[in-house]
Amino acid sequence: MLNAMIVEPQDNVVVAIEPIAKGDTVTYTCNGEEKTLTAMEDITIYHKLAACDIPKGEPICKYGEHIGLAACDIKTGQHVHCHNLENHRENLEDKV
Amino acid sequence: MNFYGYKRPDGRVGVRNKVLILPASICASDTARVVARQVTGAVTFNNQLGCSQVGADQQFTMDVMAGYAANPNVYGTVVISLGCENCQMDLVVKAIRERTNKPLKQVIIQDAGGTLKAVEMAVRYAKEMVSEASLVQKEEFPMSELIIGTECGGSDPTSGLAANPLIGRLSDLIVAEGGTSILSETTEFIGAEHILARRAATPEIRDRIFEIVRRYEKALQLVGEEVREGNPSPGNMAGGLSCLEEKSLGCIHKGGHTPVNAVYDYAKQVQARQGLVIMDTPGNDPSSVAAMVAGGAQVIVFSTGRGTPTGNPLAPVIKITGNRITYANMSDNLDMDASPVIYGPQSLEELADELLKLVQEVANGRQTKAEALGYTEMAIARVCNFV
Repeated sequence: MLNAMIVEPQDNVVVAIEPIAKGDTVTYTCNGEEKTLTAMEDITIYHKLAACDIPKGEPICKYGEHIGLAACDIKTGQHVHCHNLENHRENLEDKV
Repeated sequence: MNFYGYKRPDGRVGVRNKVLILPASICASDTARVVARQVTGAVTFNNQLGCSQVGADQQFTMDVMAGYAANPNVYGTVVISLGCENCQMDLVVKAIRERTNKPLKQVIIQDAGGTLKAVEMAVRYAKEMVSEASLVQKEEFPMSELIIGTECGGSDPTSGLAANPLIGRLSDLIVAEGGTSILSETTEFIGAEHILARRAATPEIRDRIFEIVRRYEKALQLVGEEVREGNPSPGNMAGGLSCLEEKSLGCIHKGGHTPVNAVYDYAKQVQARQGLVIMDTPGNDPSSVAAMVAGGAQVIVFSTGRGTPTGNPLAPVIKITGNRITYANMSDNLDMDASPVIYGPQSLEELADELLKLVQEVANGRQTKAEALGYTEMAIARVCNFV
């Protein structure tokens, strides 16, 4: 059963669309292909979890865009939220 | 596609037929409330401002007042002022007259001789106006007459995944019908402004998009504050939004996929048949919705994740959520469930056709949940303390 979704294929987080418990298999489709990972902690519905390992300081991507930086090393399946996401205001005028 | 609305003498078309009791300042707000309560068909709002304001704030207040009187959902307006406030009656009347030639009456409490005399005069004016308004017959108009204001409030991650993309698709359909869709909430462009800027119709509009975002961030920094202090809100974060960029990237989906054809300052009058436009408003819902209604929006389409009862005194507010738990929990307040965007079975396109039909029905007179429950809260934006 699908219990998560990825917004854009290049994102490194997925969104839980069902409540997910630690140890659950997380299933989502990306480019029509079913992918799985294991949740490392309980994930509240609609919260995010890491789709891959994200080293400290690397951008966290959702909607195909940077939403912040990893405040610490984040492992696949870990909850991604305010506690491990560092705010980062980018100069976006260069991106147009 | 057509709808049935009320033709106004200034050429615009309303979807409701109200008489507005307009308090020019906080000192006239209680009087306006008493008058509106006495007259069936009259509406008012609690104006907390109108005096002791710096120029920029007074301009916001004047534009909301003039825009409210000019909103085509209003048949006519009775302005009530105290008499000594900064928003003087002649200034308010001039600002209204610059936007519309609709019926307008004035009551100044200090000149009338106090509360009872002012209330009597205003009630008589309002009663007469409601009677005239009741004679206006609805006529059929194309959807291109509609200006739709889009807003998101109490957002959670489903707003960006379901409800806002659905509103964006609605916006595309309204634009295709030849109408106007307003994307608002400048604080929630922060981190996503480059995506909107890429869709600007001209280089000048692109520069204006960056300018309103920069101006907003700087205005807060000037007083030693930071937009991220209160945004995302505790409810946004409990829902799963981690930061402002994530909220913004979800928010701007409401603007759909068409070019951005104009950027309006807060509460300025929006042209009809202009496609997608941006208005520079705060993320605070009642003051952002108020600005779009002042701009001439006849209908507001509002997405929420956490759920909200919010409405508006003049415009029907259609509320949709992409959160199936919220929809089940607060269905008394919500007009549409957008969660099938995530879970199926309907497609985004099918749901957008349904939402467009709902907008048409609401324009024709169908009550929204907020109207049925009597929600009319609103606010006016401000940049500074009282002086």
